[in-house]
Amino acid sequence: MSELYFQSIAEHAAGLAAKKYSAVDLTKAVIARTKAVEGRVQAFNSFDEADALAQAAESDARRAAGQARGALDGIPIGLKDVIAVTGQPLTASSKMLANFVSPYDGTVTVKLKQAGAVLWGRLNCDEFAMGSSTENSAFHPTGNPWDPTRVPGGSSGGSAAALAAGEATATLGSDTGGSIRQPAAFCGVVGLKPTYGLVSRYGLIAFASSLDQIGPFARTVEDAAIVLGAIAGHDPLDSTSFKADVPDYRAELGARQGPWRLGIPKEYFGAGLDPEIGAAVEKAIAFYRAQGCEIKEVSLPHTQYCLDTYYIIATAEASSNLARYDGIRYGHRAKNAKDVVDLYFQSRAEGFGAEVKRRIILGTYVLSSGYYDAYYLRAQKVRTLIRQDFLNAYRDVDALLTPTSPIPAFKIGEKTDPLALYLCDIYTIGVNLAGLPGISVPCGFTKSGLPIGMQLIGQPFNEAGLLAIAQAYEKAHEWSARHPNL
Amino acid sequence: MNYEVVIGLEVHVQIKTRSKIFTRVAAGYGHEPNTLTDPVVLALPGTLPVMNKAALDAVIKAGLLLGCQIAPVCKWDRKNYFYPDSPKNYQISQYDQPLCLGGSVEIELPGPARNLMGEHKKIPLTRIHLEEDVGKLNHGATDSLVDYNRAGTPLMEIVSDPAMHSAEEAYAYLTSLRAAMVYGGISDCDMEKGQLRCDANISIRPVGQTTLGTKVELKNLNSISFVRDGIAHEIKRQLAVVERGGTLVQETRDYDGQTGTSQSLRSKEMAHDYRYFPDPDLMPVKVDEAWKTRLRAECPELPFDKQRRFVEQYQLPYTLTSVLVWDRTLADYFESAAKLSGKPQAVGNWIANDLLRELGSAKLELAQSKVSPAQIAALVKLVDSGAVLTNAAKEIFIEMFSSGDQPEAIAERKGLKAAPTDAGELEQWCRDAIAGNAKAVAEFKSGKDSAINALKGPVMKVGKGKANPKLVDETLRRLLAAP
Repeated sequence: MSELYFQSIAEHAAGLAAKKYSAVDLTKAVIARTKAVEGRVQAFNSFDEADALAQAAESDARRAAGQARGALDGIPIGLKDVIAVTGQPLTASSKMLANFVSPYDGTVTVKLKQAGAVLWGRLNCDEFAMGSSTENSAFHPTGNPWDPTRVPGGSSGGSAAALAAGEATATLGSDTGGSIRQPAAFCGVVGLKPTYGLVSRYGLIAFASSLDQIGPFARTVEDAAIVLGAIAGHDPLDSTSFKADVPDYRAELGARQGPWRLGIPKEYFGAGLDPEIGAAVEKAIAFYRAQGCEIKEVSLPHTQYCLDTYYIIATAEASSNLARYDGIRYGHRAKNAKDVVDLYFQSRAEGFGAEVKRRIILGTYVLSSGYYDAYYLRAQKVRTLIRQDFLNAYRDVDALLTPTSPIPAFKIGEKTDPLALYLCDIYTIGVNLAGLPGISVPCGFTKSGLPIGMQLIGQPFNEAGLLAIAQAYEKAHEWSARHPNL
Repeated sequence: MNYEVVIGLEVHVQIKTRSKIFTRVAAGYGHEPNTLTDPVVLALPGTLPVMNKAALDAVIKAGLLLGCQIAPVCKWDRKNYFYPDSPKNYQISQYDQPLCLGGSVEIELPGPARNLMGEHKKIPLTRIHLEEDVGKLNHGATDSLVDYNRAGTPLMEIVSDPAMHSAEEAYAYLTSLRAAMVYGGISDCDMEKGQLRCDANISIRPVGQTTLGTKVELKNLNSISFVRDGIAHEIKRQLAVVERGGTLVQETRDYDGQTGTSQSLRSKEMAHDYRYFPDPDLMPVKVDEAWKTRLRAECPELPFDKQRRFVEQYQLPYTLTSVLVWDRTLADYFESAAKLSGKPQAVGNWIANDLLRELGSAKLELAQSKVSPAQIAALVKLVDSGAVLTNAAKEIFIEMFSSGDQPEAIAERKGLKAAPTDAGELEQWCRDAIAGNAKAVAEFKSGKDSAINALKGPVMKVGKGKANPKLVDETLRRLLAAP
């Protein structure tokens, strides 16, 4: 039995139910672990010990009264610092919101509270979720628990690192182009990006509205199913949320058996793929084949346009979404501005970091009069083709299997060229453009001990099927039992 | 050279919904600053808009009232610009797929005389779309304060074709449009509260030219008479520029109704690039037939249609109809009294002359009146039957207006009923009058009909004004016809 802070939700649910320990014990163990390792990991922007312990005490009281609320009751869950929690900071790792405290709860926050979870800390990320390494945080970089001189990936790097380091039992991140799956791969944990519309975005600081989804980081596929079950579902406060019943994902796991038909998109195994990652994914493919799954090579012919399409649509939406940070109502306000225009210029110049500015400028440009048709409108059309590629592939296969990232975690400060960083997302952004569910599952380690993730891409709103396929692999391997030495 | 004026109006109408367009917080006017706000209105990080269906209903209804085509699918676009009254720094609006296309507003131009109907025209509409209102800036000496109470109020933009040719037409358009919106329960259109706002695009061109001249957008026309005056002023200004040999520039001008002058706000070169794109936070909306059918059933008859019907169905004179039809409550009040009494014109006159006068001097709304349509009808019946005379009826009306009592009871109480009811007594008075006026009798018998009036005078005098003139007339004629 590993340390309390490395155990899964499923294990804790059993432990808490059997009264082997209390939610306060668990929360204390997580807090102690956080204090022990946070100096090297720096996954958090802030945390509130007293608040977490109070929530844990309430959970224990419920349990004592026979009113425990299910598997998440008493489980410490960390939230990426882009998800609103009443009375807690909400910074998006930006100087712009460094002193902002949310006066309201996001929908996932409400749902986690209803499930009895202990909300624990505000997790670091790239500023406004823009980046692939968490180095764009205005506050500090986060270290990869497997090698703190390396990045944890991004943008939800804090969420992945905190979980891998034992600083939370599960965490939430947000994924616009790979921001859950890529850091999950870099940190050796499970990361699920749900189908667009499955989880409410109300209370999630918007980066690119048509691509953003909140999803869980978890130690196991089963844990991811538990958290997803708690946060998914239609929300009247989000018009883009899908009206459908949410299945019991955890129960469905046992109910769904292979063999499955898995597609291997040939475009995802080309130049730029690290050979060690390629080999690990090939082994996973071999595993499924050995289990009786039908393995088919498929083609997603518009893959080469994903990156361009993504950076047009995402930046266009971001340029508009981030217009509200103007220093007028809240957030950073420049001192000594001459007039209102000067106030805008100075507040935004001071409040935003370089990558955010780069994307706002790019997005503003592609929406400009005279360029709209050539960029934004064209990109939307290509986006439809990209989605069609996936749907065509699903005529023959149940899911697709690819590497999550072409490379393992790199050194902090190693990649300075924005384009080189954008390339980290080439296997993940197509999923966002197509609105599909994708999960990254640990599938090995490099010789130097860095985690490798594989990505399974599912059919729209078939998270249950996707999780079952992922779990079939996970159960036959012991990657998730390994923990970093910190 | 002769010039033709071309005017198009952009009218913003606040929709009367209980809550704001994208959130549950109440919409309203005159509240403490920043009390009608919530995280969505203030555009706090992470908040999202959700469309208010009542606002959509209102725009579709407006479109149906004005004969627009309702788009089967419409979408929402972001209009991006920075200004402190706009919390998101983009306005959610509709760019290339408005909810309503085409349609028209019927107007009436002043007639040759007050009692004659003027020329009717239909001013074609370009489009109607739904958007959100912005907050309000209050400028102090050294700072500006923002009140977001108005922000997020559902707002409808109604754009006319450039199809009006005088300030009078623009005035008539706005009057008619406002009546349609109030009739439909879509807005109260109180310009003082900013519920209706109007910008005008004005240009001139040599008569015969088909292309449009350089347009000037006139803003801040914040009362209906300012619209007329501002446009008239702008037409004069443009003609003066051209007649001086000058060139008009495309610009936006601000009209000051107090001084009757305008000044340039910005030129075309400073025009915004709004970077419109579809709002990814809101789903497109399908408007199906069932939805339209439901709203069509709620659409009232518009004033001009009502006016035509009143003339035809009730044989009312034009002047009376133009008093009755512009206020829906008043028109309904009239119809209900007219149906109860069966005497539409008499009922119309009582309402147009007496009721409106009394309401005006008491500063009351029709809804506050103690006089019901049934009471008007009862009063008309009393007069018609000869039970009360016109002068007495006027007195009864005033008493009825203040007390709310039934006219019959008032007539009894105040002794205002016409007398005598005894036909024998009336006949005797008539016989006396005939006996004492041989000359008038002779004239009447030789064919001079009006000579009968000379006989009526003495009868009315004997009857102290309470004799029913109609009965007197009948009795005299009967007696004179006798051999």
